Amino acid sequence: MFDQLSNKIQDTFRKLTGKAKLSEENMQDALAEIRRALLEADVNFKVVKTFIEQVKQKALGQDVLRGLDPGQQLVKIVHGGLVELLGGQAREIDFSRQKPYVIMVVGLQGTGKTTTCGKLANYLAKKGKKPLLVPCDVYRPAAILQLQTVGAGIDVPVFDSTNLNKPLEIVDRALAQAKKDQQDVLIVDTAGRLHIDDTLMDELKQLKAKLNPSEIFFVADAMTGQDAVTSAGAFHQALELSGVIMTKLDGDARGGAALSISEVTGARLRFVGLGEKVDDFEPFHPDRMAGRILGMGDVLSLVERVQERVDQEEAMALQKKMLENQFTLEDFSKTISQIGKMGDLGGLMGMMPGMGKLKEKMDINKESKQFTTFQAIINSMTPEERQNHAILTNRRKARIAKGSGRQVSEINKMLQQFMQMRQMMSLMTKPGKLGKLRQMFSRAGMGDFAKNMFPGSQYKLPNGMTEEQLEQLAEQNGGQLPPEVIQQLMPGAARPAGHQASRPKKDRKKEKAKRKQGRKRR
Amino acid sequence: MSGKGMFSFFKKKKGEPEAETPAQAVPNPDLSAPEPVQSAPVQSEKKSIFQHIKDGLKKTRNQLGEKIVQLFPGLRKIDESLLEELEEILISTDLGFPTTQMILEKIRKNKGQDLDAVTLKKRLQAEIEAILNQVPRPVIPLDEAPSIFLVVGVNGVGKTTTIGKLAHHWKEQGKRVLICAADTFRAAAREQLEVWSKRAGADIEIKENSNDPAAVVYDALERVKAEKQDILIIDTAGRLHNNPNLMNELAKVKRVITREFPNGPHRVFLILDAITGQNALQQAKQFVEKVGVTDLVITKLDGTAKGGVAVAIANELSLPIQFIGVGEQMDQLLPFDAASFSESLIGGSA
Repeated sequence: MFDQLSNKIQDTFRKLTGKAKLSEENMQDALAEIRRALLEADVNFKVVKTFIEQVKQKALGQDVLRGLDPGQQLVKIVHGGLVELLGGQAREIDFSRQKPYVIMVVGLQGTGKTTTCGKLANYLAKKGKKPLLVPCDVYRPAAILQLQTVGAGIDVPVFDSTNLNKPLEIVDRALAQAKKDQQDVLIVDTAGRLHIDDTLMDELKQLKAKLNPSEIFFVADAMTGQDAVTSAGAFHQALELSGVIMTKLDGDARGGAALSISEVTGARLRFVGLGEKVDDFEPFHPDRMAGRILGMGDVLSLVERVQERVDQEEAMALQKKMLENQFTLEDFSKTISQIGKMGDLGGLMGMMPGMGKLKEKMDINKESKQFTTFQAIINSMTPEERQNHAILTNRRKARIAKGSGRQVSEINKMLQQFMQMRQMMSLMTKPGKLGKLRQMFSRAGMGDFAKNMFPGSQYKLPNGMTEEQLEQLAEQNGGQLPPEVIQQLMPGAARPAGHQASRPKKDRKKEKAKRKQGRKRR
Repeated sequence: MSGKGMFSFFKKKKGEPEAETPAQAVPNPDLSAPEPVQSAPVQSEKKSIFQHIKDGLKKTRNQLGEKIVQLFPGLRKIDESLLEELEEILISTDLGFPTTQMILEKIRKNKGQDLDAVTLKKRLQAEIEAILNQVPRPVIPLDEAPSIFLVVGVNGVGKTTTIGKLAHHWKEQGKRVLICAADTFRAAAREQLEVWSKRAGADIEIKENSNDPAAVVYDALERVKAEKQDILIIDTAGRLHNNPNLMNELAKVKRVITREFPNGPHRVFLILDAITGQNALQQAKQFVEKVGVTDLVITKLDGTAKGGVAVAIANELSLPIQFIGVGEQMDQLLPFDAASFSESLIGGSA
């Protein structure tokens, strides 16, 4: 995966700060980065070529907006261009046309057509429609049964095509049944096929002629590579697609195929599939997709997901406690479970801008596992212990270890992380770039990671270094600071956690002064 | 398009001992007269099937071949503009950026040289083949009594179909094959596999209404012991590699196998859809890390997608490709051959 594109682009402009206009020369490196990023996101190379040319034309001679640097300006243009290509605002299905309203679902094998039909039916049923699912895949073993099972799960009727083996006959009868039963939407699931299979493509054309569908949705897998243009193009040529549904966006593919398909078919992306459950389905948002392709993080989706799953009041209470440094083990446990509710850490981090790179550096799974361990340990504590970790004597620890089936060393590790989290929390309110970074980690519950990057929370800037330089250094080292710098930063890094002496006031003042300096420069 | 590539497929089919070193392609344009092959599934096939497969691969091949020919009215000098055009061609096969650059660097060394289309194609092909051949391709052990194979992959790549084909492939070699339906998640996955097992004439272990794949696998392991079957192929539910819960579930399945058979699973096959782009690398990395994938199978190569990302995977993760899927029929699974694969990527012989 590629590193944060916007950072990279800004890097290419770093030497150019102060330039007021974007020019062919000063954009060259940045455009090369954008090209690479788009190619690595699986956008078709031809589409990339046209797109880069358009961006260049748009950007040439533009004055850099006040408050933006040239890099940011270019990212803005690129992002805007992507959103435009992906088709502006999300469009809902318009049901004013005919009754029953027929939706045909087509695509290659294995893109998730049957699952998508189920999701679409569920989505429409929730909007008060009466859909009828029509299984037309007479080729793949058990495909019809699969749709029947899906339909039963969401309580949507499925046309019984078990003993029919001609798709044309199936839709004929299904249409009649829908009219009789007053179903207002017909969702026709067709067999997956290769776009070069003339016989099967002909079958689709015949189905289209018979059904006169209002919508023909092409289901595309988010992981599709360069060939997306070929397959989508062929389907479009044969059927005139009216929309595209992109599936498996819960994976970590950047989904550049969305762009390729939009460009080659002109059909809009209409919905996205985000998981294996029927509810993991929503209208398409071009801006989010553009951000995803560029690796800029899908902040909106993240915010939505957090809002959806996290108890806001509880979160506020936790935050308050953090700020007042009254954070207890009980709260620690709550924090962990809140993070758990938001979904897996990897997915979460992928959505956060700036976290893409970090995601690769850490073992997400290990972190998640550790959380489970921590939770088990805290669950084995008495309420008093959870409120006041200071009373945890070795005897108590031994008991907790027994109760949770863990080692005492694991309890110590948990306490160490807890203490660090506490300490970081107390630093959070203070400004400064490093502070902000840490804030980001701890918000994401990345205690262990933050520890690796900035061991502990008491740091002293090495002679003559600014925080910015430190960050650059860390970036050059792939997110980690070299050990000798860490030693300078944190003379006490080797000391066992929990026994850190408080810093001399003198140092703290010095640090504060330096931070101020740093802020001014920015 | 020559018969050469296909022919080396046949050679590989026999493929027991020499499979370690990728088979050297033997030029022999006569498709209808393959060498006597004892164990391969192709034995019983008619020529029309070869033709079908050949045609499938041809579609892939021609496009690129034509593209390269278009670049060359006659001789052309290797310069930056040619390299740029080559870059596009390589990228369009899903080779990915790093692998493309690596190959271009090699071509760049001959800057200034005059080349014709055929030579250039051959050179690109040779570079890709070299990358693929760096990866040792061990023979799949069929005589572990039982040999246990775990099949994994993301959703929709063709795991179940491939298992049907694999079962058929090994049945044809006279092995007793048991298939384990451990996809307890997707609707009708069991039924789909059941149809395939019947087609292949293999036995199948199914547990209705179970949602614990590890339990189904355990039963299959017991059964394979009791019935003294030669081969156990385990189908698993498709899962996205970035879903930790599902990946842990898979790791558990593997632990169950290893507990019963300390040497098992003998191979872990990752199935990749040829149409997949650069994300396939992430998939492979995660599946290697979590369940120790040992081999790759590339499916749906009968379309226009080229599966070039497999080269990137070979390059970065050193995973051998063992089979390719070229159609929906049971016998449309071929042992992998680096020469033909590279040829089909680049557009083959002019």
